Amino acid sequence: MKQALWGQVIKVKSILKREYEIPANDFALAGEASSNVRKILTQLGVNPVIIKRTSIAMYEAELNAVIHGNGGKALVEIFEDKIQILIYDEGPGIEDIELAMVEGYSTAPDSIREMGFGAGMGLSNIKKNADEFLLESEINKGTKVYITIALF
Amino acid sequence: MVLCDVLKLIDGKLHTCEEEVDIYIKSACGADLMSDVMAFSKENALLLTGLVNPQVIRTAEMMDIKVVIFVRGKKPTDAMCELAEEKGIVLASSDLSMFTCCGLLYEAGIVGTGN
Ligand SMILES: Nc1ncnc2c1ncn2[C@@H]1O[C@H](COP(=O)(O)OP(=O)(O)OP(=O)(O)O)[C@@H](O)[C@H]1O
Ligand SMILES: [Mg+2]
Repeated sequence: MKQALWGQVIKVKSILKREYEIPANDFALAGEASSNVRKILTQLGVNPVIIKRTSIAMYEAELNAVIHGNGGKALVEIFEDKIQILIYDEGPGIEDIELAMVEGYSTAPDSIREMGFGAGMGLSNIKKNADEFLLESEINKGTKVYITIALF
Repeated sequence: MVLCDVLKLIDGKLHTCEEEVDIYIKSACGADLMSDVMAFSKENALLLTGLVNPQVIRTAEMMDIKVVIFVRGKKPTDAMCELAEEKGIVLASSDLSMFTCCGLLYEAGIVGTGN
């Protein structure tokens, strides 16, 4: 097995793992984790098209954790051939996942719409950009979003 | 069309990254809804918007948008300028409306990509 290397950016072949706190209700800070991952992928020389797809998927999930999930955490692992992202929160959860996936469905409050979000496009945008996407949610327990992006 | 010509056309003022006036702009999008920019903007290096908050900068970063122009006389805050400077994103502003800015740029040959 390959050994996980913590805390440093190394060659593409190795595994890299990062954990991020996603602060609740701090809309100005939302996106810091995605921005950091973007930086790492750029340093690793990952194809820009893949970086953009990863950025879009992760940023949408991070925003959802801030807006709907009272903040949470992001776990990012980079393998030789793929990037795996888990974004999870312990917020209210999603009652009807199928409905939440429908483009245009949103429960975002007006304060979020005034900030330019809440069009109900995020989840389907994640699905569009990820190679694998899994959404798990339980009412009053929280929500988990698994995103995998192939590197090649 | 290079950025400095774009700015001349809409009487735009730069707020960050003054050294980047040579960026070449081929296509643009105009939106106040960042959800739409995230979902529909394809290869645009320029975003025109009437929305002023830090997530505009973040959205630009994620979408590889190099230049954000605030229309209708809106100005970015100091915090936004700092964030943009750090990410190498050019911020500019124009007193003209969204419609007029887009019209002038379209007339000058800048196209829209995506839907
Ligand atoms: N982490 C989450 N916790 C609780 N509910 C969520 C979570 N993520 C999404 N949802 C629910 O699913 C709906 C649809 O999410 P989606 O990301 O597609 O749209 P949005 O966040 O409302 O708007 P947009 O992403 O376009 O800004 C949300 O409005 C919310 O009701
Ligand atoms: Mg969303």
